[in-house]
Amino acid sequence: MTQTPEFEPQIVAFCCLHCAYAAADLAGGSRCGYPSSIKIVAVPCTGRVDSLHLVKALEDGADGVMVAGCLPGRCHFQTGNLYANQRVEHVRALLEEIGLEAGRVRMVNVSAGMGVQFAERAKEMAESIIALGPNPLRARRAGSPPREIAMEETN
Amino acid sequence: MIVAERKPLEAIVEMLDGQRKVLAVGCGTCVAVCFAGGKKEVEMLASSLRMATGINGEPLQVDETSEQRQCEVEYIETLDESIKEYDAIVSLGCGVGVQYLAERFPEKRIIPALDTKFMGGPTEAGVWEERCQGCGSCMLGSTGGVCPISRCAKQLMNGPCGGSKNGHCEIDEDIPCAWQLIWESMDKLGRIEELMEISSPKDWSTSRDGGLRRVVRDDLRLPEVEDS
Amino acid sequence: MAMQQAIENTEGKGAALKSGSNLERLLAAGHFAVTGELEPPKSHDAEIVRKRGTVVEECLDAANITDNQTAIVRMSSIGSAILLKGSSLEPVIQITCRDRNRLAMQADLLGAAAHGIKNVLCLSGDHQSFGNHPGAKNVHDIDSMQLIRMIKEMRDESKFQCGEEIPGGGPPFFIGAAANPFADPVALRPNRLAKKVAAGADFIQTQLVYDMDHFRKYMARVVDMGLHEKISILAGVGPLKSTGMARYMRDKVPGMMVPDIFVDRMAEAVKGIAKEDKAAKQEAWRAEGIKICIEQVKEMKQIEGVAGVHVMAIGWETAVRPIVEGAGLMPRPKVDG
Repeated sequence: MTQTPEFEPQIVAFCCLHCAYAAADLAGGSRCGYPSSIKIVAVPCTGRVDSLHLVKALEDGADGVMVAGCLPGRCHFQTGNLYANQRVEHVRALLEEIGLEAGRVRMVNVSAGMGVQFAERAKEMAESIIALGPNPLRARRAGSPPREIAMEETN
Repeated sequence: MIVAERKPLEAIVEMLDGQRKVLAVGCGTCVAVCFAGGKKEVEMLASSLRMATGINGEPLQVDETSEQRQCEVEYIETLDESIKEYDAIVSLGCGVGVQYLAERFPEKRIIPALDTKFMGGPTEAGVWEERCQGCGSCMLGSTGGVCPISRCAKQLMNGPCGGSKNGHCEIDEDIPCAWQLIWESMDKLGRIEELMEISSPKDWSTSRDGGLRRVVRDDLRLPEVEDS
Repeated sequence: MAMQQAIENTEGKGAALKSGSNLERLLAAGHFAVTGELEPPKSHDAEIVRKRGTVVEECLDAANITDNQTAIVRMSSIGSAILLKGSSLEPVIQITCRDRNRLAMQADLLGAAAHGIKNVLCLSGDHQSFGNHPGAKNVHDIDSMQLIRMIKEMRDESKFQCGEEIPGGGPPFFIGAAANPFADPVALRPNRLAKKVAAGADFIQTQLVYDMDHFRKYMARVVDMGLHEKISILAGVGPLKSTGMARYMRDKVPGMMVPDIFVDRMAEAVKGIAKEDKAAKQEAWRAEGIKICIEQVKEMKQIEGVAGVHVMAIGWETAVRPIVEGAGLMPRPKVDG
């Protein structure tokens, strides 16, 4: 009898190099664990993240998408994180239209030194995705593994 | 530009009921610059449709393409061959584009993904406003460059009415009273006296009221070649 | 300037009667006129119209029959006006540009004239989004200014708007228009009035006036422009119903100026009355509201250029008599016709 494997949420995290990526690095370095199924994609600024990236990530099988940027008012590129937030909200509304849960996409804000907080937010995200369950689109592809998402591993 | 907006996803999905393989066609002109139907919007919509249909059943196959302008046969005829393999076309063009596709491909069901709203332009990033209703007899020369037909909710010719509040239209406090704008503009131009004239009732026959309109330029038509 | 010329060319009051209506005769004879409003029912019940008419027929020289006011469908103005035939109340039909194109308007005018209706008020009409059919298409084929002129040309030149002759002569109407002395842009309001005079309006009914000082200034400009000699201006008045109403109109209704003293007086009126005693409060408020209105009407009689008042008491028609009586305007004069 095979055991159903525990659901490990596949989460794509777009992290801005200046703050969130550095915080994630710090978290890893200080052994503040966060689930390894959170795959980080480095971007120069969260303003680079397009709504299409968020939607495609979900279509390709991600269970959740996190956009992590600088603290409001402290974006290295002035307003990139504000644009990112607007797009996150736009996609959350679109997900409701599609029939997926808005909570699968989320924005978080941290500064470079906030390793602990990054880890906490990442864990929170994973927990909420576990509660929502796997991406139904992935589940429908019975037996087929989730598509490989190009990512950078951090540990 | 012609300004359009994507229909609610639910409405598009409903129109696609029963289809299995469709082609989403964008347009690179008006709807692209108001971010409703350009290439990127095609990608977004195609992805959304695949996901929406894939959650509860077999996902719809939605292929993606875009043409420079859907309202010219020379552009859409490039689809002649490829269109054959699809059950239906989802057009992200304005109402004109949808009809051109329908006429070119009469055996294919064409689904309009957008609601065409008005002729207008952006007033700030992300906001577009109506400015022209194609009345066919432009009177902007006499109203200081402000259109009373598209911007006055009552299309007054001798406004303002008594309902404007704090310089805004009685129906929406975010809409400036067009006639107040006209008076102010004409005042700046030193032409206030002209507004004291009572204009004659407008001839609406050049507008939608006169039926389908047409513009002909004989100098641009293909010359008839006589048989020698 | 063509506008100035048009105003000067307009026949002033005292010229031959244009419609022979009771309202016109009284104004021509120099009497201070009193008009009011009658709201048709939402039903096709003729009795309601007649009943409402009997409440005010002795106090008014003519009554406006509203036309889908605030874009809420009611019995038509012309239909209701015809029902008043045989009563002593003379109707003023209203035509809104929102609901009819020039064909329907001209047809309605011929029909109304055929039924002996002689007074007409030209209005733009509240936008349909305010009413109970917000999805309706609005017409606005012509605007109220163009409507005034169209009716004038039908009457004086026996011509339809298209230029064709009206066989047997045009319908003899006494043409009215609305004016709002306090609406944006305030500085332009006397000019707007001048334009309506040039278009051919015979009488004006203003929106509700509470700020007498402001109104006096407006009338001073109107008199200065000589408009009061060309057109009969009836000042809009209406009894306040409660402190809340007074406050609301002062604070929330743009273009409506209500002096603090009136708000204070309404509040004073119910001092000492228990909050729960709604009946007593209403009685006290209504008494004060009528009192204030009477004072206003008496003041209006003294302002140069004001030819009468237009009493607006929709939903409270019983207030009209005490106001007209209290202002010393009863009984209403009769002029032989």
